[in-house]
Amino acid sequence: MKRLFPILSVLTAIFLAYALHLALGKGTPTDAQQGDVYRIIYYHVPSAWTAFLLFFINFIASIQYLASGKPSTKIAVQWIVLVVGVAGVIACFLPAVQRLIPAGMRPSAVATTVLLIPVFYFVIGWLFPGERLDVLAVTTAEVGVVFCTIVLVTGPIWARPVWGIWWAPGDIRLTSTLVLWLIYVSYLVLRRFSNSAQTQMLAAALAAFGALDVPLVYFSIWFFRTQHPQPVIGGGGSMDPRMLHVLVVSWMAFLCFAFLVCWSRFRLELLQREIEEAHAMESLAGAGVATKASLPLGRSSR
Amino acid sequence: MNAIKFLFAAYIATWVIHGAYLASLVRRFSRLRRELKEVQKGK
Repeated sequence: MKRLFPILSVLTAIFLAYALHLALGKGTPTDAQQGDVYRIIYYHVPSAWTAFLLFFINFIASIQYLASGKPSTKIAVQWIVLVVGVAGVIACFLPAVQRLIPAGMRPSAVATTVLLIPVFYFVIGWLFPGERLDVLAVTTAEVGVVFCTIVLVTGPIWARPVWGIWWAPGDIRLTSTLVLWLIYVSYLVLRRFSNSAQTQMLAAALAAFGALDVPLVYFSIWFFRTQHPQPVIGGGGSMDPRMLHVLVVSWMAFLCFAFLVCWSRFRLELLQREIEEAHAMESLAGAGVATKASLPLGRSSR
Repeated sequence: MNAIKFLFAAYIATWVIHGAYLASLVRRFSRLRRELKEVQKGK
């Protein structure tokens, strides 16, 4: 494992450099209306997708952590997730439900996304048992906030030359993204400054509610008229295949990078908990010695 | 031409944010390793 990390880091660095080369290269066409500034999407959009994926994993890990308290609750939630997955996939192909799916969005794409809920739920539960679920939750929330910060920084930098303004007040895509960022920042603040025994449970509950903002952010451009551009991928719009290729390569490179960062953050959290445990054991041992020392005094005083 | 500045600003900002976060991870790692050594010495 120790050897694998540096090898993967070098490969990811090469992949990121290749993605940057494609994003800025002359082989990728320039947008007719926006010019070269449109190339910001090669960092903005992959960062947004990565943040959404990390918040989704945080949501799944938090739900599992909340459900892990009682075996009966754990089994009930497993059944609920299975039913949601199966019923959701079937529903996507019913004409009544298809009418509710935004124009341009394929029912098969929605069904695949719904199917990912039980798949992620069981894979995460299998790979991260017990307390490791909480470690995964804090890891993905922190790295997700970093990616979401990039989305909120690169978005206005793109908007200034294209829209003429840095921020469109009242725009639901922009506002809901900012709210999402604030929710996860508050999640991290809660975890950082609360010393209560209930902190992990409270944080998991906050994450479970906070994740509800992710679909709002994602679907806002389908259901509301916004200043933000309408979807060109999976939304009925069109994109030059060469541009789409660069976007996908860039996202893959950012996913590899996010995986390595999450890996480091996960190890950091494990190390921190190990030290906290050692300190707690030390204090207990100290208290034990103190109790032993005080016992004769107590007895003699009777 | 001015738009190019915005493009580079966005790319630089992305890597500055990632760099700052990675630096914070490295700092936290070294602090925890130091702390772990102290705990092991104490034992």
